[in-house]
Amino acid sequence: MTTATEFAPAPRRSGIKEWIFTTDHKRIGILYLVGAMAAFVVAGIMGLGIRIEQMSPGESGLINYFVGDFAQTMTTGAAYNAALYFHGAAMILAFLIPALTGFAANYLVPLMIGAPDVAFPRINALSLWLFYAAILVALLTFVIPDKPDIMWTGYPPYSITTSANTAFYVFTVHLIGFASILGAVNFLITIIYMRAPGMGWNKMNMFVWTTFGAFVIQIVFVPVLAAAVTLLLLDKYVGTGFFDPTRGGDVLLYQNLFWFYSHPAVYVIFLPAIGLLFDIIATQAKNYIFNYKAAVYGGILGIVVITGEVWVHHLYIAGMPNWISIGMMVTTLLISVPVGLILISLWGTLYKGAITYNVSMWYAVVCLFLILAGGLTGIPLAITSLTVHLSETSFVHAHFHFIMGLMATFAVFAAVYHWFPKMTGRSADIPIAKIAFWFTVIGSQVTFLPLFLIGIKGMPRRYWDYAMFPEFEPYHLIATFGSALVAVGVTLMIVGWIYAAFRGPKVSTNPWNSKSLEWTHTESPPGPGNFQRPVRVDESWTPYNYN
Amino acid sequence: MPKRLEMIVNLLGILLLSGEAAFAKATTGEIQSPTEAWNHTWDDVLWDLWIIGGVFTIVAVYLLIRYRARSPGAVGTARPLNLDMALAWALVPAAIFMADDFFLAAKGWSLWNIQRQVPRDAMEVKVTGYQWYFEYDYGNGITDSELVVPVGRPIVLRMTSKDVIHSFGLTEYRLKEDMMPGRVTYLWFYPEKPLETQVVCVEFCGTSHAEMYNKVRAVPKAEYDAWLSKKLERKKKAELRKSQAADDGANVEPAQ
Repeated sequence: MTTATEFAPAPRRSGIKEWIFTTDHKRIGILYLVGAMAAFVVAGIMGLGIRIEQMSPGESGLINYFVGDFAQTMTTGAAYNAALYFHGAAMILAFLIPALTGFAANYLVPLMIGAPDVAFPRINALSLWLFYAAILVALLTFVIPDKPDIMWTGYPPYSITTSANTAFYVFTVHLIGFASILGAVNFLITIIYMRAPGMGWNKMNMFVWTTFGAFVIQIVFVPVLAAAVTLLLLDKYVGTGFFDPTRGGDVLLYQNLFWFYSHPAVYVIFLPAIGLLFDIIATQAKNYIFNYKAAVYGGILGIVVITGEVWVHHLYIAGMPNWISIGMMVTTLLISVPVGLILISLWGTLYKGAITYNVSMWYAVVCLFLILAGGLTGIPLAITSLTVHLSETSFVHAHFHFIMGLMATFAVFAAVYHWFPKMTGRSADIPIAKIAFWFTVIGSQVTFLPLFLIGIKGMPRRYWDYAMFPEFEPYHLIATFGSALVAVGVTLMIVGWIYAAFRGPKVSTNPWNSKSLEWTHTESPPGPGNFQRPVRVDESWTPYNYN
Repeated sequence: MPKRLEMIVNLLGILLLSGEAAFAKATTGEIQSPTEAWNHTWDDVLWDLWIIGGVFTIVAVYLLIRYRARSPGAVGTARPLNLDMALAWALVPAAIFMADDFFLAAKGWSLWNIQRQVPRDAMEVKVTGYQWYFEYDYGNGITDSELVVPVGRPIVLRMTSKDVIHSFGLTEYRLKEDMMPGRVTYLWFYPEKPLETQVVCVEFCGTSHAEMYNKVRAVPKAEYDAWLSKKLERKKKAELRKSQAADDGANVEPAQ
């Protein structure tokens, strides 16, 4: 084992050039956060447009403005589909995955393991700029006349026969995928080889473990998605027939390949979000992680192992044969075992703790209940036969919004508040943050609870009009009202962040009295090279050892 | 671990048996409506969810209130678990969750068998999806743009698509199945009483996806027969007219 890397802390410089050409993982992390939040805002505005269009049956004509079609040359359906495509693709590929495996992993992993930087800082910078290129390609949606309208799933034959621009979708996926694979190599090697001397695998922060799990999933499964969308590109623009049944192709091939990646992708989002919650809750409760090894080896690694064997639950109504539908119903249900171990560990971490509440912890507490709601509503969707009615309804849509759209998103918000003092030396826990919290949390429930109810009654997903279901109008109206509350909350939150970054109250280097290395061994914000002298941890140290 | 193996085998056995039981029921001639079976299973599973959710919620609320810090600078008083407790806290919950999973899987499989086993005397209608409508073929060359079926008889739909993927969403009957080019899929339902409802397309299929729906009418047998014979008559008349036109005219395009 090598000793800690030699480095000479250089004086900190900051100018636009230093940010663009930076290879410092902390700056890269912050740039990821800025890009991801930009994508979040634009995709969120699309979400608002979707809700406004659905407020009542019939066309509002407003959705066209949201997608930049000011001359109203598109039909309402086409504009709505473009908005929905951007909302889904950007929220998943350009907000959730980059915010969790880009921002949080970059900023926190080297600090938490006591490393001066990641293993390959320049590759890290390349990942970042590939991600920005992907965001630019995605944003071109609003400029080009043939806006992509194929949803984030891009199922053929529609994605091939549509006159809209499928290539932009494919290139966005390629760029993000490339960034992800580079990131995965970088972080796996960093975590394996660059931990501080004395830090065994069982002493790592939970967030480091979940990042490790997420990047193992990325490196195994992303190439499959890249292959699937490449075949799509060839079918549409070169004239091959991989998905064309009249030429020996098969439409289901794409769905199998797509979900072979995209179900694991859910855990690329879920795992780091859970890791952030573990670290925030353990810090605020000043407590051990309850049954750490069961949560790590049973929970996190259990999910990594099982996640590749469940994708057919996205194809229950696609005429798949019984042997694989039933088989994957059982494997999907068995995910409750690792997830259950993680939940017990999260709950147990509160037991005999000394919990202090701040905005970050409030978000974390809300996340606990969101995991329950989102996870439990996943159970009927794991069961083949119940899914027959529920699939493609707003029940599904509400389910994944609870687990990803709300839980993982709130985990990112909680992380920003928790590590804000580390990033800026100032606290973002100011009155505006508390007001924003209530708007966002209450608004999110008002938005998505009605969608569960009408989903059970059969409201289909991806409908800009629902003339055949006039009885659902009040629910949509309430949901739209809720989304307005969320918009207010998120706006206040971001204003609060920007204000706090420059004018927020200054705080000490370890305001939460955490035992984790990023708080105990660095300044706020940490300088280049992170640590003044190489970090070494002793036998009794763990990031959760408070008594 | 022969004992654990035995347990797993037993659990799998229960799972298989309950699946087989439903299969047997479905093939003995007594028709079980997949619609009612869905509602029934949904209610059962909902109980399961409320119980798990309730326990976790109550415990969370208790812990969050009971263990808030009593003084500034207070730290937690828990100790890391010893090996026995750690194993118990891993294996016991794992066993409980696993048992619940197999219970749910068995329930789901029973319903699945009902949904996928078409009763023997089911009436068949062929359905084709287009952007953006469904076309129904009742045999004998009778086609229509709405689905009309007699009550009291299971109906099986053999479905495909001519362009992109659509999905046949029979909301009121709690059923749906995708329709794909190059593949034939099916679903069956059991209209037990007269009902006028609708089918909606539930797989994203383009600009007018949200406008792709039509009526589904389950009507008494007599009414259905009348409807069908009227369709047949109209079709015959149309054919007659066509053949006359073919006899009269010189440059008639061949019918497609």
